[in-house]
Amino acid sequence: MTAAPTARQRRLAGSISDVFFARPHLLTALLLAPPLLWLGIVYVGSLFALLLQSFYSLDDFSGVIVHEFTLSTYQQLLEAANVQVVVRTVSMAALVTIASAIIAFPIAYYAARHARGWTKALFYLAVMMPLWSSYLVKIYAWKLILAKEGIMTWLAGQLHLGWLLDAVLGLPIVGGPSLSFSYLGTFVVFVYVWLPYMILPTQAALERVPVNFIEAAADLGADPRQTFRTVTFPLALPGIIAGSIFTFSLTLGDYIVPQIVGNSRPFIGQAVYTLQGTAGNIPLAAAFTFVPIAIMAVYLWMAQRMGAFDVL
Amino acid sequence: MPPAVRFQNVSRRFGSVRAVDGVTLDIAEGEFFALLGPSGSGKTTCLRLVAGFEQPDEGHIEIFGETAEGVPPYRRNVNTVFQDYALFPHMTVGQNVAYGLMIKGVAKAEREAKAKDALAMVKLAGYENRRTAQLSGGQRQRVALARALVNGPKVLLLDEPLGALDLKLREQMQEELKTLQTDLGITFVFVTHDQGEALSMANRVAIFNEGRIVQVGTPADVYERPNSRFVADFVGSSNVLPPDFAAAHGGRAVWTSLRPERIQVAAAESPVPAGCAQATGVVDGISYQGAVTRICVATEGASPGVSLVAAVPPGTPCRKGDRVSLTWARSAMMAMEDDS
Amino acid sequence: MSSEAGGSSSLGLRLSAIAGLLFLHLPLALIFLYAFTTEEKSFQFPPPGLTTQWFRVAWSARPDIWPPLYLSLRVAAIATVLALVLGTCAAAALSRARFFGRETISLLFVLPIALPGIITGIALRSAFDIMGIPFSVWTIILGHATFCIVVVYNNAVARFRRLSAHLVEASMDLGADAFQTLRHVILPQIGTALLAGGMLAFALSFDEVIVTTFTAGQQTTLPIWMLSELIRPRQRPVTNVVAVFVVIVTLVPILAAYWLTREGEHTGGASR
Repeated sequence: MTAAPTARQRRLAGSISDVFFARPHLLTALLLAPPLLWLGIVYVGSLFALLLQSFYSLDDFSGVIVHEFTLSTYQQLLEAANVQVVVRTVSMAALVTIASAIIAFPIAYYAARHARGWTKALFYLAVMMPLWSSYLVKIYAWKLILAKEGIMTWLAGQLHLGWLLDAVLGLPIVGGPSLSFSYLGTFVVFVYVWLPYMILPTQAALERVPVNFIEAAADLGADPRQTFRTVTFPLALPGIIAGSIFTFSLTLGDYIVPQIVGNSRPFIGQAVYTLQGTAGNIPLAAAFTFVPIAIMAVYLWMAQRMGAFDVL
Repeated sequence: MPPAVRFQNVSRRFGSVRAVDGVTLDIAEGEFFALLGPSGSGKTTCLRLVAGFEQPDEGHIEIFGETAEGVPPYRRNVNTVFQDYALFPHMTVGQNVAYGLMIKGVAKAEREAKAKDALAMVKLAGYENRRTAQLSGGQRQRVALARALVNGPKVLLLDEPLGALDLKLREQMQEELKTLQTDLGITFVFVTHDQGEALSMANRVAIFNEGRIVQVGTPADVYERPNSRFVADFVGSSNVLPPDFAAAHGGRAVWTSLRPERIQVAAAESPVPAGCAQATGVVDGISYQGAVTRICVATEGASPGVSLVAAVPPGTPCRKGDRVSLTWARSAMMAMEDDS
Repeated sequence: MSSEAGGSSSLGLRLSAIAGLLFLHLPLALIFLYAFTTEEKSFQFPPPGLTTQWFRVAWSARPDIWPPLYLSLRVAAIATVLALVLGTCAAAALSRARFFGRETISLLFVLPIALPGIITGIALRSAFDIMGIPFSVWTIILGHATFCIVVVYNNAVARFRRLSAHLVEASMDLGADAFQTLRHVILPQIGTALLAGGMLAFALSFDEVIVTTFTAGQQTTLPIWMLSELIRPRQRPVTNVVAVFVVIVTLVPILAAYWLTREGEHTGGASR
């Protein structure tokens, strides 16, 4: 129990309260100033500073950044090799998002609408545990599952499905020498790592669909399939979109997963990482970051329009 | 003696809407005063102006002679019973009731004793340790009442206090509130949209419409002598007679109010008692309402045809389509000053 | 897929849900399994033998684990506190008041989590460079606080929205000024949401590696330690042991956060 405030402290507190009462906007401003200062000025400011760098260029000979406005860095971005990096990353992000949504939905649906009491807690735990397990160790676990000497090969051997594995690995583009050196492997790991981020908002959205909406639909003559299509799914959509914000954005910028499980063709995250690191080519790195920022800006705007922010 | 509450030309705007528009009002000490009106008429805003949750944009408010504008709620000697009770969910009933005392710094033993007394006064003795979630609506309301009264406020404000209760409970609470107020002698100001409630509990009533007060008076005043169509319509139901009809039946040529229960229904050719006006017509509809039966009659003669509703004791022989004679005392026709 | 109003679920639904959960957990089971393998150099499957020696090794024979662990705990704790204060203030301001630009500012509070970590990392790194702040524990903490604020903010805003304005008015009506109302009414009401947000923020910070890589100087947090261990392993199973330990330790606050924000049973959505 804290010591009771002195009479002077009480009077001071009262006077300050009076000021806030007379000027409520002062209180709002006071509350908002520190976080806004940090996020609005430092964070957003540094984002702008970063993007500003994309209008500079790197002198190839001296390795020094030329602080003059130019669009040459963006022209570099439009070169074939760089465009491929972007296309590769965006396609992967889209596929990962769709796959996570499909896998997440039954889990979220069951947890939201059919689990009760301790089963619900169990489901929550079951989704949270992978989320809070070390990101790095999860990736490495997949490396060993997908490696040539790893479990998938062993399992395929045991089930006499080795031919199937080889066929899959032989597919153009997505295949490779082994699962851990292919787009397919990268895809699986991405889906795995971001799956909880998709499950949680979807579940939250589904939980908010009131039972009496379903009953009303049934009352008006809809069979379960129609009810799902016309009532449940549209109401769950904001949750799916909220989840997709994470899966999309996290895939767009990740540089660790493709490095560990993937063929050696770079994704945007890796390109940015190497460019700003050893290459010292900050302008091009900044130009690359413009892509996910622009994509996410549009994506977030659309998501807000579709009500995804209410489920975050 | 300064009035308990004084409004002088008070206005409060929300955006472009004038929620309270030039209200002037005096509430005397010890009154049980009702603010009555339809939703959005400004009555709740006026209550909140007294409590301090809103500040007037124009005009002047005094509470027992002291200026109230600019004074925060925690510095006013006024307490409120909210429509949704606003009991603190994380505290027990006893802690809720003792809250105001705790804030003032009253010692634990003393405030617990006072809380006990307050709960006993609202007939909830022994409920100190219950959690608010365990209570019924009526019980919560009593706790809210006790919580407000224990601080000994000079004015008690009640915002639609009985709205959420069922009929029986409401009637019971009406009586209890009335008794409580008489015993305590504090000024009660309560807001309601239920005119029956206002009429039965209040010493005086102020009727609100679109941010303005249209009539102030005792319940009998506003019921028997409504000064406008709006009041006649809102307070009890009334027949509103157009000027020519009123004139044709012995009244003045102005809009006139005639309460249904002042009309007698008899067979078509019955004699007319002295001093009474009469109209003949065909029964249009009959509505049985337990204590009275309301009979709607389309009168003949006057143009356009005026429809009158009579409230008669049950058992009056009458069927739809019958031709009947309606009679009423001429003095029951109340000319209205204002036909709005 | 058929849906039934709160009744029994179809077999297809149950199977898909279970399959999804298995997909989520089998790799975790493997991590767990490999904490016990006798082979220390590679991740051969099936493991040649099982032993608990690595737990003992991690505890007593690997002094390089402890400093990163303590650092991660310290960073997470301080970042969480910062996030709690800033996030709650922001949530209080944005859930009640109406003012010009409110929608845009709300968007701002999603940004650190919506943008990929590498962007946040690089942006903050250059910001620290420009401001002349040397890279240290504090830059790590500031980096973590930036996205932790979002988590706290979301939890707090959701709770503030459910807080009836009448409770605050009632408190003031009964004589309590702003500070007393805060202490006796507001904080107890939002307390559980703050606790939940704080725990999630803590767990997020504890496992974060991407932003940390950019905002750290010479410091090593536990995830950074893990990254170097995975690239150049000394005793592979020890990394697994640490991972298992982290999972178990974060289980408790996660469950607690869930229980605190549960607000009673509601399956299938109660209409609000």
